[in-house]
Order: sequence, then C-alpha cells, then structure tokens
Amino acid sequence: MSDATPSDAPILEVRDLVKHFHISSGAFGGQAAVVKAVDGVSFAIRRGETLGLVGESGCGKTTTGRCILQLEKPTAGQVIFEGRDLTTVSDAELRKVRRRLQVIFQDPYSSLNPRMTVGQIIAEPLAVHGLVRDRAARAKRVRELLGHAGLLPAMAHRYPHELSGGQRQRVGIARALAMEPALIVCDEPVSALDVSIQAQIINLLEELQAEFGLTYLFVAHDLSVVRHISDRVAVMYLGKIVEITDRKSLYENPQHPYTRALLSAVPIPDPAVEAGRERIVLGGEVPSPLNPPSGCVFHPRCPIAIDECRREIPTLRETRADHRVACIRA
Amino acid sequence: MDVLLDVHDLQTQFTTSGGVVRAVDGVSWDVRAGETVALVGESGCGKSVSALSVMRLVSAPAGRIVGGRILFKGRDLLALSDDEMRKVRGREIGMVFQEPMTSLNPVLTVGRQLTETMEIHLGMSSAQARARAGEILGLVGISDPERRLRQYPHQFSGGMRQRIMIAMALSCNPSLILADEPTTALDVTIQAQILELMKDLSRKLGAAMLMITHNLGVVARYADRVNVMYAGRIVERGTAREIYANPRHPYTLGLLRSVPRLDEPRKSRLDPISGQPPDLTRLPPGCAFAPRCAFVVERCRVERPELATVAEAHTAACWESARLDARVPA
Repeated sequence: MSDATPSDAPILEVRDLVKHFHISSGAFGGQAAVVKAVDGVSFAIRRGETLGLVGESGCGKTTTGRCILQLEKPTAGQVIFEGRDLTTVSDAELRKVRRRLQVIFQDPYSSLNPRMTVGQIIAEPLAVHGLVRDRAARAKRVRELLGHAGLLPAMAHRYPHELSGGQRQRVGIARALAMEPALIVCDEPVSALDVSIQAQIINLLEELQAEFGLTYLFVAHDLSVVRHISDRVAVMYLGKIVEITDRKSLYENPQHPYTRALLSAVPIPDPAVEAGRERIVLGGEVPSPLNPPSGCVFHPRCPIAIDECRREIPTLRETRADHRVACIRA
Repeated sequence: MDVLLDVHDLQTQFTTSGGVVRAVDGVSWDVRAGETVALVGESGCGKSVSALSVMRLVSAPAGRIVGGRILFKGRDLLALSDDEMRKVRGREIGMVFQEPMTSLNPVLTVGRQLTETMEIHLGMSSAQARARAGEILGLVGISDPERRLRQYPHQFSGGMRQRIMIAMALSCNPSLILADEPTTALDVTIQAQILELMKDLSRKLGAAMLMITHNLGVVARYADRVNVMYAGRIVERGTAREIYANPRHPYTLGLLRSVPRLDEPRKSRLDPISGQPPDLTRLPPGCAFAPRCAFVVERCRVERPELATVAEAHTAACWESARLDARVPA
C-alpha cells in the first residue's frame, strides 16, 4: 500500500460504458423492450481519490458500479482497471483482479451470510484467495481486520443477526479490506443506517482511505454525504452523466439545471436557513428508461429547456477547466 | 390556538421473547389546530409506535397501550369502542405511511379505494364520491383523474402512489394528518414535491399535521414545533427555530452535529455520536443516553432526568442542560 494522495494516473477508466437490459413486454413474452440502464458513461478515477456518483433511483449509478465490478456484463464499452480492460480479460485473470477491486453494499442485512460467524465471513475470502493459508495466522489476521474496522476481537464469534446495522456495515468493510484492495466500490454504504451511525462509518471509510491509500467509487443519493467524502463528483440522470467535476466546482458552481435542482431539493437542518432559501421544485418524475424522452433526457422537467433541447442530444463538454456538463444551455 | 390532540403519559409496550420492550415510555406531546409538529428520532426510538398508538393500531397481542391518555378534541381515544374508533380513523384523523405500495390494496382500483372511505364516512353516493375523488386527485397533482381512478396501484410510480395516499388521507377533510416518514422511500426531487404538496394542502384545508421522521432537514423546513425522541422518551421539545439554534439536550446536539450540511464549509471530519442506541429491554436506570453522552456526569447514570423548562417554550430532559446553553459563554 503506497501513497495516500491522489496522483494523476487513473487507476480506473470507464469508457463509453453501456448496459442495456432486455425485458419481455406483456405476460406472454411478446416483443422485447430495452432498458437503457447505462447509456454511454465515461469517467476516470485517480489513485487515492474518491469519486462520488450521485443520482436518483433508476439513474444507473448502481448498475455502473456493478458493471465495473463485472457483476454485470456491460453491453458495450471498456472498464480499464490498473491498465487492463476487465471486459475482455479471461475468467482466471478476472478472479485475480477482483481481489484488488472490492465492494461494500448498501444493505448490511442481506450481504452477510446469516449462517456464518463474523470471523468465518472475514476469513473465507482469505482462504479462497490463498492470501493467508495457515489457520492460526488467519485468525490473527481476522482480529487485525476487525480492529481496522473498529470492532472488538470478540465480535469474531458473533453471528450477523446479533449485530446492529452499523456493526454489520463494519463487518462488510473488514471483509472488503481483507483482500487488500486498491479500489472499493461503495454502493450506498450508509443510506440504510441511522444518522448518528452514518457519521461513524463515513469517518471510518476516510481513515481507512488515508491509512491504506484506497481509491473509492462512492455511489450514493445523499448529496450532503457525497460532498463530505468525495474529491470529484459525477451526477447521473437516466443512464447518462450530466455533470462531472471536482467537489468544489460542483457544489459552489453547479452548471446543469438538474444538479441545481437536486442541490436545492436537499433540506438544510436549520429552520433559519430554510426560511430564506430559494427552491427549485422540479415538476414531473424521472421518465421511464424504457422510453426515454427525445433530445436531452432531462428536457421534460427542465426549467430552462428550449425547443432545441427536444431535438439535440447534448454531449458532455468542458465548459471550464475540469468541469464537464451535458447541457446546451450551460 | 386550540389543542387538537393531547397525548399524556402514553406508554406502549411489546412483549417479546427477549423481554418487555417499552417502545413508548411515558411520553406527552400535543398538536394544536393547524400547526405542524414533528416527532424526530432514529430507528427504534418509538416515534412510529406513538403514531400507531394514537390510531390504536398497535398490533395485539404483542403490543399493548398500558397507560396514558390520548385526548382528541377533548375525547379520550383510548376509552372509545372499536366502532367509535373506526369513525375517527380516516374521518377525523388521516394517515400517510412510509411505504405506499404496502398500504394500498393491490387488487382494488385507486378509485375504489378513494371512494370507499368517503361512502362510509361521509355517506356519499357512489356518484358523489367518484366526482369528489376526481377533484382530490387533481388537488394532489395527478392529471387525467378519470383514467387514473380506473387504474391499480402497481400502475403508479412511487411518488404518484404517495400522492394517492395523501389524497386518501385528505378525502374526508380530517382535522389532523399523521404522516409517518411520508417521503423516506422517495427520491429527493420527488420528496421536495410531496412535502411542498402536504404543507400546501394542510394549510389550504386547515388540517394540523404530525410529521414523523428521522430527517432533520425535513423537520427544519416544515415543522413549527419539534419533539426529539430517544429510547422511547421525549428528550427535548421546543419550537423548531429554538431547538436548532440552541439545542439543550446532548442527543439533539449530537444529531445536528453528525450530519454534513450543504450550506456550511466542508468539515475535515464528521462528529458522530459514539456507541449505539440501547437495547430497550435492558434500559439503564438513569438517563438512557448516558452511555453515549459527551456531557455525562455521575448523576446521569443513577437518576433519570425529566423534561424541564430551559427557555421559553423549550424543555429538555438533561441534568447538564445548562452546560449546553449556547447563549451562556462556557
């Protein structure tokens, strides 16, 4: 484990990622319809940094994460991790790469095997990948990993149902750490937790990043949490990235009307601030990805849409240094 | 303002294999006509059980209201017969639940579900109820009500279902609406729509609202008065402005400090509340928050603090409350 500061070489590069799901419409099969869950997504993450991927349900952020992990096979595009395109490597090679590419799931209740003790859950991948072959050494390593995740060694003998939500998420983190990963995809890691526990887990993730030089892809819908943890942020809407830039630019100078609306929709925990706040309440709902709108997919809800927006698909273009926006009006 | 709902010393318990859970342990709060009151707290604090107790929907035999009074317009709801209570539910007190999919009947059309309550409670003919149902759907922002009334819940999106729940809650012109995490399952832009709608309608129709939530931002934006709950008890109460500007219970202070805020400079670290919420079957003898509290003194572990006035219209249950007063220099 090396440097903890972001360096310029990307550890992960996603190029024109596409994931279409084919579903049959109607009870009798019928014509297949296509859900364009991820529709041409490109971004890069530098070693040691955290890229926040935000958006509302159905925007494709989780599918993007799963395509990177190769838990879903992308329809098209490349996922280049540490120099290798994961969409073309052999299965044997993929298994080796996976060790360096770990995941922490949203729901710590369903991502831990209820029949295994915490110790077994963490030790299993160590044995499977042959990282620690000796049993006693494995037990020692499990204790060490529990410590990294802020859990007492005695936790190794407990079962998942005996733990609180926060403790379970710590077990999930210890299991991911066991593989000595370079990059962790964190898929809504705190959204199922109570607020007082969320802060504990976020601090833990940041400490571990500094200690082990980890890179995070942080997938979440909570914009306040994403601002806290991310160095750079990408905003997704209906399968596409609509804005991507560094944290400061995104939160202080959002360019895309959707990003602005999202930020304005987050209530601030202070009535005095809330009383004087300008609000953009978007009309309508996120359209179905089965039948996305023409032109810019956001135009039916956009407060500044013009006629052209119905026809022209906006490309993600650089409006200022390291700030890309997919909007012809930005 | 008239007190509409006056809950006094409510105690609701659940008998479990692990012992008796005192989910609501002697809480008192009230709602005045036309205002919005919030019950705030984390999972298991008793906020939802408080609302279910008011509606007398705590599931027997495990759950039981063992003490207290619930005066609604001067009548004790706990003393009503089942028949009388049915006339209160839906007619005088409307309810909006968190999960609109599980609270709507999947095999009845939306129109049928809306008209049924009006036919029963208001004695309308089916034609009258149908016409009124169409009007209400328009009121909650659902277009093409005639067609929509013939559809089933699964044909609506999450946000639309929650609009239907609100339409049902409002259909009989209740004087009070209980909203239990009405927007937790929804995306932020839809959450903003629904909350604006609820606030707008309750103002227009003069209904008071009890809002149950864990989201401090939502409370800050919409509530007039706030009750903060922890481990089955109210630990702090006051006007929203007062509570946020000058929290006097360490738990409230901890909650406010643990969430990252979009309107403030980004902190390098979040301030979580340490530890976890207590096991309600084994509550400590003193203050339930003492094991996690940064201000704890010896007295807290042996003697339980009651709510005491700390400022005008502001009470807190904490022995060390004076040390938290932001207006007094430390």
